[in-house]
Amino acid sequence: MNLKIYEKEAGMEIYMEGELDHHGAKDTMRRINSAIDASMPQTCVLDMSGIGFMDSSGIAVVLGVYRRMEEVSGSMRVRNVPVQAKKVFKAAGVDRIVDFE
Amino acid sequence: MQPVNEMNLEFPSRSVNEGFARTAVACFAAQLDPTIDELNDIKTAVSEAVTNSIVHAYPGKIGPIHIRARIFEDRSIEIVVKDKGIGIPDIEQAKKPLFTTGNEERSGMGFTIMDSFTDKLVVRSRPGYGTTVKMLKKMLPFAGLK
Ligand SMILES: Nc1ncnc2c1ncn2[C@@H]1O[C@H](COP(=O)(O)OP(=O)(O)O)[C@@H](O)[C@H]1O
Ligand SMILES: [Mg+2]
Repeated sequence: MNLKIYEKEAGMEIYMEGELDHHGAKDTMRRINSAIDASMPQTCVLDMSGIGFMDSSGIAVVLGVYRRMEEVSGSMRVRNVPVQAKKVFKAAGVDRIVDFE
Repeated sequence: MQPVNEMNLEFPSRSVNEGFARTAVACFAAQLDPTIDELNDIKTAVSEAVTNSIVHAYPGKIGPIHIRARIFEDRSIEIVVKDKGIGIPDIEQAKKPLFTTGNEERSGMGFTIMDSFTDKLVVRSRPGYGTTVKMLKKMLPFAGLK
């Protein structure tokens, strides 16, 4: 998973690129969490336009970011979710918890 | 019904094989001339089943995973993912949304997704002997003419 993390005035923006499965999930989570811990942003936007494939491992990653942002009293949104990943989120009911743009 | 074609695949339970396995099955399924959405459904369901064998079947070690895929004249595909791991003591409980014996990187939604992305899901397991997940998916008719 390729991550591009930008800190803007409005908050943190993370661009995810690649296939999000169990194989890369742990490392992805660790890198996102350490970025959040380092700068404690008010908002975090996950841009998933570069996700070519995602399975339920991606649910754990997104909910992990959601919880981490709650811990630092911030909020998060998910943006540009491709059709396949959207279907996974919907089947799991994640769209009722997390804010999708 | 007699299968029109069949393929078998065996590989060790290393996580790097998750991408290989779902892509290989999707390539085979391409013979049915599925839509992109149908192909993605197959990829997703296979990824869940294979990931389970990798994550849960062989704790602390590497073991074999076998996939058999068969396609039929009615444009359906049957995919069987099999491991010889620890097995599942209570399948009904394991299939419940959010149930997981894994850590925080698991969501407990694997079986829920396999179920909703295919037409039929059958799980067989025997503790100490292994787990077999069988999935069936039928492509919509005339996909090739769309
Ligand atoms: N192949 C398998 N071998 C052993 N246990 C399994 C296997 N597949 C699933 N399980 C059990 O079923 C549970 C639920 O699986 P699943 O719905 O995919 O959620 P998750 O993988 O996120 O835990 C797993 O936590 C595990 O206990
Ligand atoms: Mg799973």
